[in-house]
Amino acid sequence: MGKGSVAMTSEVYFVDGTRTPFGRAGEKGMYWGTRADDLAVKAMVGLLERNPSLPKDAIDDVAVAATTQQGDQGLTLGRTAAILAGLPTSVPGFAIDRMCAGGMTSVTTMASAIAFGAYDVALAGGVEHMGRHPMGLDADPNPRFLTEKLVGEDALFMGRTAERLHDRFPELTKERSDRYGMRSQQKVEAAYRAGEIQPDLVSVAIRSEAGWGLATEDEGRRPETTMEVLAALKTPFRPHGRVTAGNSSPLTDGATMSLLAGSDAVKQYGLTPKMRLVTFAFAGVEPEVMGLGPVPSTEKALRKAGLRIEDIGLFELNEAFSVQVLSFLDHFGLDDDDPRVNPWGGAIAVGHPLAASGPRLMMQLARQFADHPEVRYGLTAMCVGLGQGGSVIWENPNWNGRQA
Amino acid sequence: MTNDPTTQYRGLDFTPLLELSTDEVVTHSYVKDIALPSGRRLALITLDNGRDHTRPSTLGPATLVELAAVLDELAQRASAHEIDAVGITGKPFILAAGADLSKVNDIPSAAAAKLLAQLGHSTLGRLGVLGVPSFAFVNGLALGGGVEIGLNSTYRTVDSSAAAIALPEVFLGIIPGWGGATLLPNLIGIENALKVVLENPLKMNRMLSATDAFELGMFDAKFDHVNFLEDSLRWADGVLGGSVTVERPHQPGRIERTVKWPMAIKIATDTVRSRIGSVPKSPYRALDLLAKAKDGDIAAGFAREDEALAELISGDQFAASIYAFNLVQHRAKRPVGAPDSSLARKVGKVGVIGAGLMASQFALLFLRRLEVPVVITDLDQARVDKGLAYIRGELQKLADRGRLSPDQLGRLKALLHGTTDRSEFADCDWVIEAVFEELSVKQDVFADFEKIVSPETVFATNTSSLSVNAIGAELEHPERLVGFHFFNPVAVMPLIEVVNAPKTNETTLATAMAVAKNLRKTAIVTTDSTGFVVNRVLAKVLGEAMRAVDDGTSFETVDEALAPLGLPMPPSELLDLVGLKVGAHVLDTHHAAWPERFYRSENLHRLAELGSLREKDSKGKAKGISKDAERLVRANLTPGGRPHSTAEVLQAVQDGFADEVHRMLEEGVVSAPEDIDLALILGAGYPFQMGGLTPYLDRVGASRRVFGGTFHTPVILGAANRAQQQELVG
Repeated sequence: MGKGSVAMTSEVYFVDGTRTPFGRAGEKGMYWGTRADDLAVKAMVGLLERNPSLPKDAIDDVAVAATTQQGDQGLTLGRTAAILAGLPTSVPGFAIDRMCAGGMTSVTTMASAIAFGAYDVALAGGVEHMGRHPMGLDADPNPRFLTEKLVGEDALFMGRTAERLHDRFPELTKERSDRYGMRSQQKVEAAYRAGEIQPDLVSVAIRSEAGWGLATEDEGRRPETTMEVLAALKTPFRPHGRVTAGNSSPLTDGATMSLLAGSDAVKQYGLTPKMRLVTFAFAGVEPEVMGLGPVPSTEKALRKAGLRIEDIGLFELNEAFSVQVLSFLDHFGLDDDDPRVNPWGGAIAVGHPLAASGPRLMMQLARQFADHPEVRYGLTAMCVGLGQGGSVIWENPNWNGRQA
Repeated sequence: MTNDPTTQYRGLDFTPLLELSTDEVVTHSYVKDIALPSGRRLALITLDNGRDHTRPSTLGPATLVELAAVLDELAQRASAHEIDAVGITGKPFILAAGADLSKVNDIPSAAAAKLLAQLGHSTLGRLGVLGVPSFAFVNGLALGGGVEIGLNSTYRTVDSSAAAIALPEVFLGIIPGWGGATLLPNLIGIENALKVVLENPLKMNRMLSATDAFELGMFDAKFDHVNFLEDSLRWADGVLGGSVTVERPHQPGRIERTVKWPMAIKIATDTVRSRIGSVPKSPYRALDLLAKAKDGDIAAGFAREDEALAELISGDQFAASIYAFNLVQHRAKRPVGAPDSSLARKVGKVGVIGAGLMASQFALLFLRRLEVPVVITDLDQARVDKGLAYIRGELQKLADRGRLSPDQLGRLKALLHGTTDRSEFADCDWVIEAVFEELSVKQDVFADFEKIVSPETVFATNTSSLSVNAIGAELEHPERLVGFHFFNPVAVMPLIEVVNAPKTNETTLATAMAVAKNLRKTAIVTTDSTGFVVNRVLAKVLGEAMRAVDDGTSFETVDEALAPLGLPMPPSELLDLVGLKVGAHVLDTHHAAWPERFYRSENLHRLAELGSLREKDSKGKAKGISKDAERLVRANLTPGGRPHSTAEVLQAVQDGFADEVHRMLEEGVVSAPEDIDLALILGAGYPFQMGGLTPYLDRVGASRRVFGGTFHTPVILGAANRAQQQELVG
């Protein structure tokens, strides 16, 4: 390589990921007394402690996403969290926002810099303390959105966009949505019992007026959920609607962090990659049906990668709403209960701390890759407010060369 | 459990203490079960008084009774195998700041004091006999009883950012008596324990950082703040499971106990005696307890601590110490007689008239603390350059010691300027003089500078013996002049006497108070009266000392006579320290003001000319009064004088003090005896056990002898003597 040029291509690896246990948002939630930035810091410290062979000053950049960037969830989170986590001041950092796909965008942005050859190692994560910073708080949408009908009135209310999906696809019944939600709860519970979730959790000391405690597990799970209970829930977004608390992800507090590295850094620091990045895509849809977003983003990513949906052996789909996942499954001809999809359940049970969720999908996919050497490719995908979807395709380094 | 040290307290009735503390800010003990990574369960106690960090959790009787009940419940759960360990930690930044000092004056008797000691032992001692290991997670400030929570626990971790770790009891006139004096030496060895229990408290109550405390062996592990509790819990899990081995290299072995221990105690006793004399009781009780802790018998040690605390808490020295402590902690921060701070002018540039040593020390202090441009001037460039070189050298020394970063050094050097062109003082907001201590010189200097500066610029004079009013007599705007009396060494001594002269206006006074505060000094406001407060008191004791000497009393007898006060140094040493010439001058000044009350000594002038009073060895250590000095004094005794007895000298000084302090208050030099005590504690190092001065004068009867009253009502006495006093009065 001559003067004035860099290695313009490098493989990008997902080396590791950790997260805080997710808490129920609000005064009764376990993180009510915990700062948002501290959640991001805890996830970061836990990640770095697990990877002691990586010198902290080798980190080229830190991207931390949040949707509602204000107060203790503002102030250029990547930089502030890095300082608070004890990274050397030589390590830079920044903040990212793509609503629910903020953390996913942290990963793809850092990955792009690594792929370009500018970076060797980066941290990418997200945080959302929805209790302290409800979505849209203090937002001031431009009146033109409504006066010029640039978006429908439903677009800014996620529950209403989910109702709109039921309208558009009558075959997506409330019963199917409820069953999907119940299965998510059951699958997460089974994964917890099998000890699949806990290894990536970083315990967080939590303070309340009644003393210190320790958050060690996701707080919002409801493993006892039954179809009868679900059928009786209110439909808060529309009278006689279909979207309920039981088939939606709950408001959640939590943070995630991931470690990405290029090929040379993996060798240099003796890291063990868990996934290789194949490609990624983001795409837009009508904001009123934002839940459809992962469909075009996934099609775009598959096209770029030269793959077909049949090549994907494992799916980690963010469960903003049951109906939104089901619309994806129907589109690609997958069963509601396809065992390749969210085998350990999803956001309906563990929660969806908006900008933090993307890296959670990735760390779970990475663990499943280790258990499934017969799978070569996996997909992480999620819908995004105001009508977007994000999809990242990963390759399993443990792939044994056989067809699934 | 063999030798359970709490057995001796079972069945004691602590309700009398609870009745005394109905308004206690109770620190509650909250319990939450924690699932450790291994699956073991740790019951975590959080101590939290429900207030923010400005009101640290303290350990009053109600707090201790609640904690004891919680620990009893946890012991039961431990025996039922419901929990594998107990942890104890605090609200953010604070574990506990020790016993609740706001309540000590309510303790009515030695018996109640003993009960308080027993309640502490009974409660904290339970941490060691729960049936499962206990872990103190010291997450922040831990003083006194806070540290003893840790010492009574099986294991201890500390947050590396903890604000302070200390056993300050001896500083306050008591001893670490909830296990500290017994458990600490058995944990970290006698030498380290002496440092924590004795040395540090006697060094102006120095505190330990978490790192220091960890290195001394007070903690088994240290973790950074970012994950302190998480890391501590994980560590505790490792200890419980055996994957973490706890090593305590400082724990004393047999040889240390038999050989090193008594030697260390003897050396420490000698050091303390030579440094502060034998008047203060608490250091010697602490030494006694530490010496006896050698036997490793914890239960017996607790009983010894109970006795010591009962006696000290109910004694006069502790009462005076708490009074003094409150002055330094509270009154020092809210000076009495100061105008509203909003009246203060902003000081954006400082001028120092003079470039000699005192002036340079001023310039250095103003630079470091105010971080504004400081200009110095003198008669010629050579003097200015010398001053600048001194100041820059001192700044460089600070930088070399890491006290200033290179950027700070650059900033301060750039702010410093020296000139012979007085017009550069034109935009100064504050001009302080450090010129020769002569009225006409100071008058002329200020008159000259008044032509240069704005009419609002504040003039400050550091005079110690001249009238501030007289210095300002020639000024067009005398209302801008204020006395600003530092004590030597300027950088170290925490007191400034701010002299509110008759013409000083409120803006000027408020500015002076603000400047003092920004210099991180404690200011007291005095009137423009000879000697202000501190020098007037020192002139009294030195005058009475010289009167006795001139009458044929030996310096040794005078020094011995005043030993029972426990002053920081005897008169002969004080004269040596301030300089004989200065001492003679101080006596002259006060004699001139009040010839009938203040003694001046021609012999002191003669000694000043001779040059030295005390003979010193090659290392500079005083061996005694020099033969030449003795001869010189003997040759010039007061005609008709006779040597004074030690009792006479002592009473003359006590009564002289009582009279002079009483007069100062009558004259309104300061507003209250508290200000005099505060000034003497901070400006002259008068001891806590005297409460500065006035509590001592009350308790030895000097106040009654001299003016038939007392400075304080009720008199500041320990509980043991309060009852007696009431009988006298009644």
